[in-house]
Amino acid sequence: MKLFKNKNTAPLLSSPYMAWALIFILVPLGMVIYYGFTTEDGFFTFENIATIAKPGYMKALIRSIRLALISTLVCLLLAYPLGMILSSMKLTRNTYIVTLFILPMWMNFLLRTLTWMTLLEGKGVINTVLESLHLPTINIINTPAAIVLGMVYNFLPFMILPIYNSLSKIDENVINAARDLGADSLQTFLKITFPLSLPGVLSGITMVFIPALTTFAISSMLGGSKILLIGNIIEQEFTQLYDWHLGSGLSIVLMIFIFINMIIEALSGNQGGK
Amino acid sequence: MGKDLITLEHISKSYDGQLILDDLNLSIYENSFVTLLGPSGCGKTTTLRIIGGFETPDKGRVIFDGKDITNLSPNKRQLNTVFQKYALFTHMTVAENIAFGLKIKNKSDSYIKDKIKYALKLVNLEGYENRSPESLSGGQQQRIAIARAIVNEPKVLLLDEPLGALDLKMRQDMQYELKRLKEELGITFIYVTHDQEEALTMSDHIVVMNQGYIQQEGSPEKIYNEPENAFVADFIGDSNIIRSTMIRDELVEILGAKFACVDKGFGENKPVDVVIRPEDIELVSPENGTLKGVVTDLTFKGVHYEMDVEVGGRELLVHSTKLSPVGTHVGINVDPYNIQIMNVPESEDEEAISETI
Repeated sequence: MKLFKNKNTAPLLSSPYMAWALIFILVPLGMVIYYGFTTEDGFFTFENIATIAKPGYMKALIRSIRLALISTLVCLLLAYPLGMILSSMKLTRNTYIVTLFILPMWMNFLLRTLTWMTLLEGKGVINTVLESLHLPTINIINTPAAIVLGMVYNFLPFMILPIYNSLSKIDENVINAARDLGADSLQTFLKITFPLSLPGVLSGITMVFIPALTTFAISSMLGGSKILLIGNIIEQEFTQLYDWHLGSGLSIVLMIFIFINMIIEALSGNQGGK
Repeated sequence: MGKDLITLEHISKSYDGQLILDDLNLSIYENSFVTLLGPSGCGKTTTLRIIGGFETPDKGRVIFDGKDITNLSPNKRQLNTVFQKYALFTHMTVAENIAFGLKIKNKSDSYIKDKIKYALKLVNLEGYENRSPESLSGGQQQRIAIARAIVNEPKVLLLDEPLGALDLKMRQDMQYELKRLKEELGITFIYVTHDQEEALTMSDHIVVMNQGYIQQEGSPEKIYNEPENAFVADFIGDSNIIRSTMIRDELVEILGAKFACVDKGFGENKPVDVVIRPEDIELVSPENGTLKGVVTDLTFKGVHYEMDVEVGGRELLVHSTKLSPVGTHVGINVDPYNIQIMNVPESEDEEAISETI
């Protein structure tokens, strides 16, 4: 153990990760910023970033934000009650249930989304079953609803785990103390349980909102090619139009949103207890 | 002492098939400082939680001030609890913590402000209103927890090992503080601890519990000086418990020597357990002692020396301010008043139940 604490060996031991971070995080980030602020001829410009204000791009950004917010809200509404149930259960049983919820994460994310595609298709599994039961079929593939469904399905575990974590950290006696001081169940929840779980809620929101805002895989598989999110547009700029400058510029705009989200989380995290 | 405020009638409680409390009966008087004392797992905390409303007994009733409150939820009971690890609301300031119960009851702002000031003064933490509980020491947090409970003017304050997490010096200071608070507030304290010294220092009335049964209850002096069975004698302070023979009233044979005592009514030539506190054993020169022994171990304890004295193959624990080095031959005398005679339990079960005589 001494080896890891020694001041001289610490930089040496961390150097593999430092090299990794430099090559695969810092350098690409620098390149994105360079491309984002330059023209093809290498001149400095704000034009790439300003492109976001053009109608088509702005529409995609607003749509992305809207769908990401809806998905985050649905995840929150599903995950919070579950987190409360899980944290009130005995330890041996809740490990099974937590495993059950993170089990889908062991399967590749693209595979799972593809599965939803075959499930939701016009003549997919769900509609075939509905038809055989003489029930009306549903037609949500290639709609925003399908994208939200895909996002919620994929990102729900990222909401459950931090909420469950923060709820299970609350001392049972703190809840008892609120009851003891005269608060009924609802007052206890609103004044004690929820505020104390806020750090978990905020990190859950961040962990769902950011991937939902930037996804292009879910929207291209479940949204067809009709519903473009900002992620799809950026992807197209890089892979189809080969306009790295515009792609990078739009990426920077997206990064600003991510930073804002993280700043909000950090600020409220400081106020909300531990 | 006064009238009964809380009565527990035939309370039984088990968890996962394990019996924690078995037919427990207990009366708690108004304005008394009652301590539930026992080792961990004896049922003392469960008893407190049943009074507080955090557990419902499987059988039996809880009577509070003449009313059955067995199934009343905690927020409707006229009592407040100070929890083991303070259980302060970390997302609120000290003042907000103290105001919590009063705000729930919709008291006016000026009333709440006065109460916070009064409560902080009572626990010697004036000026701490805007501090965060996490910035306070353990002792201070405990005082805030007490302040938060007492501003609601409960008739009873329940304290669940409130000093358990504090260091020794702080614990001793808080013992006196709690005693003072109890006098100033004039309400009933029900205190749970496994620390016999704490119980003896603070209580008017001690209830010694083990394995879900009350072993003995009474004043601290009575519990210490006249333990009713070996468990109580052993749990409350150090003691020598010696299987002996009661020759007749007021005469007992201990380790082969006859001692005068003050107990009667145990019959003639009956086996009994004798309790002698280590500080009640008097070491004299061998020719003057009723028993003779050799000092085999010596430890300096500050106020006194702790010695092991071997008498006929048995070690006796002795506390004395006079030093007798290891190897010294000594005589042993015990004052008749310091020999406590107890019935020998016929089975382990009886030992657990023999609570009320």
